Amino acid sequence: MAVTVETEAGRQAKARRRAGNRRWRLAAWLIGRSFASMLGLGLVVAIVGLALLGPWIVPYPEHVIGQVNLADKLKPPSMANWFGTDEVGNDILTRIIVGARLSLLVGVGITLAAAAIGVPLGILAGTAGGRTREAIMRFTDLFLSVPGLVLAIALVAALGPGIGNAMVALILVWWPGYVRLAESKALAIREEPYIEAARVVGASRLRILWRHVLPNSISPIIVKMSMDIGQAILAVASLGFIGLGAKPPTPEWGAMISIARGYLPDYWWYAVFPGLFIYLSVLGFNLLGDGLRDILDPRSHRT
Amino acid sequence: MLTYILRRIGLAGLMLFGLVCLTFVIANIAPSDPAALAAGPDAGRSQIEQARREYGLDRPLHEQFLRYVSDLARLEFGRSIATGRPVGADLARYFPATLELCIVAMIIGLVLGVPLGMLSALHKDGPIDHFTRIFAVTGVALPPFWFGLLLQLAFAAWLGWLPTSGRLSVFTEPLEPITGLLLVDSLLRGNGGMFLEAASYIALPALVLSFPCLAQILRVNRSEMVEALRADYIVAARAHGVRPWRLVVVHALKNAMLPTLAIIGLRWGWMISSTVLVETVFDWPGTGLYAVSSAIAGDFKPVMGVTLIVGLNFMIANLLVDLLYGVLDPRLRSA
Repeated sequence: MAVTVETEAGRQAKARRRAGNRRWRLAAWLIGRSFASMLGLGLVVAIVGLALLGPWIVPYPEHVIGQVNLADKLKPPSMANWFGTDEVGNDILTRIIVGARLSLLVGVGITLAAAAIGVPLGILAGTAGGRTREAIMRFTDLFLSVPGLVLAIALVAALGPGIGNAMVALILVWWPGYVRLAESKALAIREEPYIEAARVVGASRLRILWRHVLPNSISPIIVKMSMDIGQAILAVASLGFIGLGAKPPTPEWGAMISIARGYLPDYWWYAVFPGLFIYLSVLGFNLLGDGLRDILDPRSHRT
Repeated sequence: MLTYILRRIGLAGLMLFGLVCLTFVIANIAPSDPAALAAGPDAGRSQIEQARREYGLDRPLHEQFLRYVSDLARLEFGRSIATGRPVGADLARYFPATLELCIVAMIIGLVLGVPLGMLSALHKDGPIDHFTRIFAVTGVALPPFWFGLLLQLAFAAWLGWLPTSGRLSVFTEPLEPITGLLLVDSLLRGNGGMFLEAASYIALPALVLSFPCLAQILRVNRSEMVEALRADYIVAARAHGVRPWRLVVVHALKNAMLPTLAIIGLRWGWMISSTVLVETVFDWPGTGLYAVSSAIAGDFKPVMGVTLIVGLNFMIANLLVDLLYGVLDPRLRSA
C-alpha cells in the first residue's frame, strides 16, 4: 500500500516536473523567437554582469575611488583608455563599470520598494471594495495628480539633494502605479469562480489573497517591474544630471554627464560614453519587459 | 451630457485641491527651517523669529494651511529668494517660453508620428515596420538630456548649422512681448529675420522634447491603423472601388485619429515635466530651468509654484481628453 502511494506521488512529481520543463522550453522558445527580446535579455545580462563583476574586471581599480592624476587628464579614447579619461585623469571605462552597480542597485531598489508598497495596497483595495477601496484609491490619485519627475524634484528640494533622498523621492513617486495595476487585476479576479470556490471551502481571507489573488495577478506586475527598473535607472540619472541626485565624485552615470557637459564639445567622449550606458540599460529592461509580456501575459497584447 | 461634464470638472477640482494639499505637506516635511531660509543666511535668532511671525509660521498648521490656500487663490505663490521677485511674476515671465517649446514639440510629434505610423501600418511586418518599431522603443529609452547633448555636439559644434543654447542670440534686441511666444510675436510684428532666428534656436530642444511623444504617437497610430484597415467598412469601401489613398487617408485615418488625439492630451503633462531636463541642457529660459536652478539653491517657493503649474496643465489636459471622448463616444457618458 505504502509503495503505491509513493509511486503515485512520484508519478505526480514527475508529471509536474515535465510540465514545468515544457513551460520553460516554451518560454525559452518565445524569447528566442523574437530578436528584440533576445537583445533585451542580452543587454540586461551584460549590465548585471558588469554590476556583479565590476571591481574585479575594471582596467584601473585605483581609479574607482577617484585619484587625481592631472598628467593623464582628458585624454581621448585610446588602447590604454578605451573611453578616454576625465578631468582628473581617471579612466572613464572604469568609472562607468563601477557606476553600473550603483545604477542597477538603485533601479532595482526603487522598483522593489515601490512594488512592495503598491501591490499589497492595490490588492487590498481591489478585493475589499467599499470604503477601504475608495480611501486607498483617492489617496493614490493624489500622487498621480502631477507627473513623477516634477514631484520627485519637489520632494528632493524639500529633503535636500543626494542619492539617498533621490531614491526616497522616486519611491514615493512610483508606488501609485502599482496600486492602480494590482487593483484592476484584483477587481477582475475577485469575480472568478475559483475565488468563490476557495471561499466556500472555508479558506481564510489572507489565504485567498496570498494563494489565489496574488499569483494570478503577478504576471503584469512582473512585466511592469522589468520596464520600471529601466525607467528608474533613467530617473536617477536624470536627477544626477540636474544636480539633485548623486554628488559628482560618486561614479554615477547622470552625475558624470553633468560634469562632462562643461567639457563639451572638445572632450566629447566624457559625456558620450556614460550616456550610452544609460541608454543601453534602459533599452535592455524595456525590451526584456516587452518580451516577458509575450510570455507571461499573452492576453494583454501590445496596444 | 451636462452631468457628465459637471462630474468630470468636479473630479478635476478635487484633484486640484489634492495637489494643493500635497504641495503643502511636501513643504512641511522639509528638514530645513523655512523661517531661517526666508530671513537669509546671516540672520540672527531674533530676525528669524521675526520672519517666523511675519510669515505666520508660528501659527498652528491648520491656520497655515488656510492661509496657504487663500494665498494660492489670489495667485500668490510667495517670493523667490534667488530672484527676489514674487514667484507668480517669475512664472508669468518664464511660462510662455516653456509653452512655446511644448507646442512646437507637439507639432513635430504629430507631423512625424502620424505619417510614420500610417506607413508602418501599411507595410505591417515589413522592413519599414521593423525600423519604426526600433525607432519607437528608442524614443522611450533615450535619456533626453544625453540626446540633447549629442544633438548639440553634432548640429551646433561640429556642423555649425544651429545655435547651441538659449532662446535668441544675446546680441538680438528682444521684442516687446504680445503673446510671449517668440515665433508668434515675431510674425505678428512682421519680423521675418527674428522668426528664423527663433526657429533655429527652438529646433533642437523641441526635437529632443518631442521624441518620446513622437514614439508613442507612432505606435498608437500604427496599431489603430492596422485595426482600421481590417475593419468591414474598409473592405466595403474597397469593394465599391474607392481609390487606395482615399481609403487610407480619409476612411482609415479618420478612425485612427481619435486615440491619437487622446495621446496628445495625455502626453501634454509629461512633456511639460520633461522640460525640466531639456531646458537645463539647452539653457532655455522656461519654468523647467527655473525649477531646477531654484531646487539646487534650496529656494523652495519657486519649485512649488512650478509643481502647481505643471499639475494644473496635466489636469486640464486630462480633463479635455475626457470631455472630448465624452462628446465623440456617447457610450462613455454614463460611465
